Amino acid sequence: MRGAQMYEVVYVGDDELIGEIIGLEEDLATVQVYEDTGGITPGEPVQRTGMSLSVELGPGLLGMIYDGIQRPLTELGSISGDFIIRGVSSPALPRERRYRFTPDVTEGDELKGGAVIGTVPETNQIIHSILLPPHLSGKVTKVAGEGEYTVLDQILWLADRDGNEHEITMLQRWPVRVPRPIREKLPPVRPLITGQRVIDSFFPMVQGGTAAVPGPFGAGKTVVQHQLAKWSDADIIVYVGCGERGNEMADVLRQFPALIDPKTKEPLMKRTVLIGNTSNMPVAAREASVYTGITIAEYYRDMGYSVALMADSTSRWAEAMREISGRLEEMPGEHGYPAYLGSRLADFYERAGRVTALSGEEGSVSVIGAVSPPGGDFSEPVTQNTLRIVRVFWALDADLAHQRHFPAVNWLLSYSLYADLAEPWWEKHGGTDWGRMRGDLLRLLQKESELEEIVQLVGPDLLPEQDKFTLHVATILRESFLIQSAFDEVDTFCPPEKQYRMMRLIHRYLLHGRDAVEEGMTAEEAAGLPVAGRLARMGPMPHDDFAEQYETVLHEIDDAFKGGRR
Amino acid sequence: MTQPLREFRSVVRVAGPILAVSGIDDAGYNEVVHVLLPDGTMRLGQVLESRMGMAIVMVFGGTRDLDCDVSAVRFTGKPLMMPVAKEMLGRIFSGSAEPIDGGGRVVPEKEMEISGYAINPTRREFPEDFIETGISAIDGMNTLVRGQKLPVFSGSGLPHSQLAAQITRQARVRGTEESFAVVFAAMGITHEEARFFIREFSETGARAHAVLFLNRADDPAIERIVTPRLALTAAEYLAFDCGMHVLVVMQDITAYCEALREVSAAREEIPARRGYPGYMYTDLASLYERAGRVKGRAGSITQLPILSMPDDDITHPVPDLTGYITEGQIVLSRELHRKGIYPPIDVLPCLSRLMQGGIGKERTRADHADVSSQLYAAYARGRRLAGLVAVIGDEGLTDTDRLYLTFLERFEEEFVGQKRDEGRSIGETLDRAWDLLSIFPQDELKRINPAFIREYYRGEIG
Repeated sequence: MRGAQMYEVVYVGDDELIGEIIGLEEDLATVQVYEDTGGITPGEPVQRTGMSLSVELGPGLLGMIYDGIQRPLTELGSISGDFIIRGVSSPALPRERRYRFTPDVTEGDELKGGAVIGTVPETNQIIHSILLPPHLSGKVTKVAGEGEYTVLDQILWLADRDGNEHEITMLQRWPVRVPRPIREKLPPVRPLITGQRVIDSFFPMVQGGTAAVPGPFGAGKTVVQHQLAKWSDADIIVYVGCGERGNEMADVLRQFPALIDPKTKEPLMKRTVLIGNTSNMPVAAREASVYTGITIAEYYRDMGYSVALMADSTSRWAEAMREISGRLEEMPGEHGYPAYLGSRLADFYERAGRVTALSGEEGSVSVIGAVSPPGGDFSEPVTQNTLRIVRVFWALDADLAHQRHFPAVNWLLSYSLYADLAEPWWEKHGGTDWGRMRGDLLRLLQKESELEEIVQLVGPDLLPEQDKFTLHVATILRESFLIQSAFDEVDTFCPPEKQYRMMRLIHRYLLHGRDAVEEGMTAEEAAGLPVAGRLARMGPMPHDDFAEQYETVLHEIDDAFKGGRR
Repeated sequence: MTQPLREFRSVVRVAGPILAVSGIDDAGYNEVVHVLLPDGTMRLGQVLESRMGMAIVMVFGGTRDLDCDVSAVRFTGKPLMMPVAKEMLGRIFSGSAEPIDGGGRVVPEKEMEISGYAINPTRREFPEDFIETGISAIDGMNTLVRGQKLPVFSGSGLPHSQLAAQITRQARVRGTEESFAVVFAAMGITHEEARFFIREFSETGARAHAVLFLNRADDPAIERIVTPRLALTAAEYLAFDCGMHVLVVMQDITAYCEALREVSAAREEIPARRGYPGYMYTDLASLYERAGRVKGRAGSITQLPILSMPDDDITHPVPDLTGYITEGQIVLSRELHRKGIYPPIDVLPCLSRLMQGGIGKERTRADHADVSSQLYAAYARGRRLAGLVAVIGDEGLTDTDRLYLTFLERFEEEFVGQKRDEGRSIGETLDRAWDLLSIFPQDELKRINPAFIREYYRGEIG
């Protein structure tokens, strides 16, 4: 294999299985194969392609479901039936479909790499900008007129500085392991609203940020990821199911086409690209799947969209690396993972961010990675290496999950370094007291956990009334605000205004109640007030009803505690 | 792989369950070999590694009595195939699919590769048909659906076999009379346990619908690597070719993983946790992911793997990796077992990920989800209070707290606990739940929609 290059794609054996070169030693190349290698014998041919592992980019990506190396699963199904057999392939983007292309440039224009050539309405909501491939620049010699084209039809002819003609189609390829170039990285400015209270109000994410969701099995990582994929206010969602369950992908495929995006009123599937490489599909393709996903995310970012990528789970990806590294007999680092685990994770998360693209548009890629630590132990290498990079940490907790407190985000362990960035947004869309309320309520939970420790030692009845009241309000906060049912038709998505108001009611109850207890009311009396019961069922209440009752409840709180003070 | 005869007497190394053959250039990866021993007996093996002039072979029957002179290795040029037929129902096979019930060989209707193929995720039908197991802790709080894989995490000395037998006996989908089958894969279980299952199946008339693959504790350990694959291949045939609803019970997955570890150690691979190979997640997934339903096909495969947690440790790699692949788990508790509660299911760490799709109006009952959630909240609080009482006594408890303690005790006795031959309908299970929840005043039932409280609550109104 002399002359072969690292990361070059090759076809292996008589069945032409897809593989990639991952090691070279003189004339010997080591190839990882993306399909089952059963039956291959020494002596079978290996053909080089001269290309590195790439994805096809162009109109038609949205709504697709791919495996880890961008083979369209629906199309594979129509070729090979219900089971995935070896050696079948199908182009990633439909070749026959025609798209309405409107040019944005004219003959004689000077174009730089990444410039917008024209547009295609990919869905009712998403205008797909056709971008000049980043490494090309030059003068337009001819451009196709407005009309219907397939992804392989030439739409632009370009002469570069050396006078070479380039024929450009709507389809371009990009190597998945290389980040797409940008003009500039920008700091994130706007929260990514997810409709999940514990996230938006307590541990907010931003557009262009990075977050990790670690948790033992059964803590609800996948449900959190699904909720974010459903309700985040990003324009495009790329969902990578990396080494996870087949039935979960079936669930996504069943739900997403039926669910309606609250922002655009379109089916969620129309803004989503799914990458599904389930745990029983070849491990090498699992390793590639996150790169395939993030390259597609970057492509839409370059058009100026806000893209959110969910990777479920990055631990499976890391384990795929470990498996391959073990087969290469590399010297292992911690827990058998390769020594380059940390740098690979960092490279991946660093592809997130808000940027000015080459086209001048501003777009963002937000990355939310699930982590599945063995035994739920956060000290293991994948979790630790991830925490060094990401800025939001939603720690899922087995104890909370056992009580069916979902989402099981542990409020003491979790953090968001973006809370300050989110504050101005919330001040504008909620109220100026958002930051103060958030602080007070987080402190309340902190205080509760301290008190719980005392209760464990001396029992609850020796606590002063003020502390008993703290425990009472913390219970309300947990049960009516932090718990949010993903399966309840209403509660599954909580709009920001409602989140703010719910928070405000509980906060008001806390402050006024404290005063009342100071003046002689007991915590038990407070807990018996009818208004305490009203606070308990706010989540599943239809948003309009809640908005109507909000002022009333606010006044009820004031009145109830005035009585106590008398 | 076309040569007519590829037989080699050039075994150069035997180590553990693995042997190396020299002189072969075209051994196929995963190809099946026949190993001929000096005494003329034959054992099955599979190629793990192939290179110019050498092949590494894993021998399922173990390498005892092998030598480097006379023993021969015959390469078949085929992946491991299994003859399947509907007449397998009612039969008992060894861990490598040889009949051991005195009957003759099965006349094959088809040959299938035992490693199977991954179901294309887009062709999967999402599982949502509720299976009534008749066991309250499962039906009420961790509902099983057709096409799910729901393992039982157990420990030595706990009655997991009884539970598995009870589930296979009682399981039904309400309102249907569709054909069903049980495939039982035993890996490293004792003769006594094997006899228990055979007797259990015979007495209840389930034998006729069951296929048994038995690799017992004294059978070769490496055979355990093929046993579940044979069983799942038979299950796939019955489910997707014959349209039957198949329940696959696999016991004990821990023994399977130990066989995997043995092979890995013999190959001197770099281990991950506790000496288990780094690819164990992928390997287990290749078993568990064979559960499911396929669009447009009538049958289904539901898996009930049973594994014993060494030292009752749920973070041990075998239960841990299993939990990350399966759709939930049923966890047995030694503490409940000591209290004499059967089945000793500790509901708190249990989970059924596919429950939401299988319950509710028209499937079970509209109040099911709320009731389950409330039971969880109440039981968790009861357990916390019981822990508190153990330290500080019950003097500081409020009246409400005392209700939770009453609930705790009655829940374990009356809801979790049931007789070994007692099958409860889902209606009975939910009614029992309401009996218990009615211990509390209505205001405590914060997770239940008030409309359901009006309909089902039986406590004092006030």
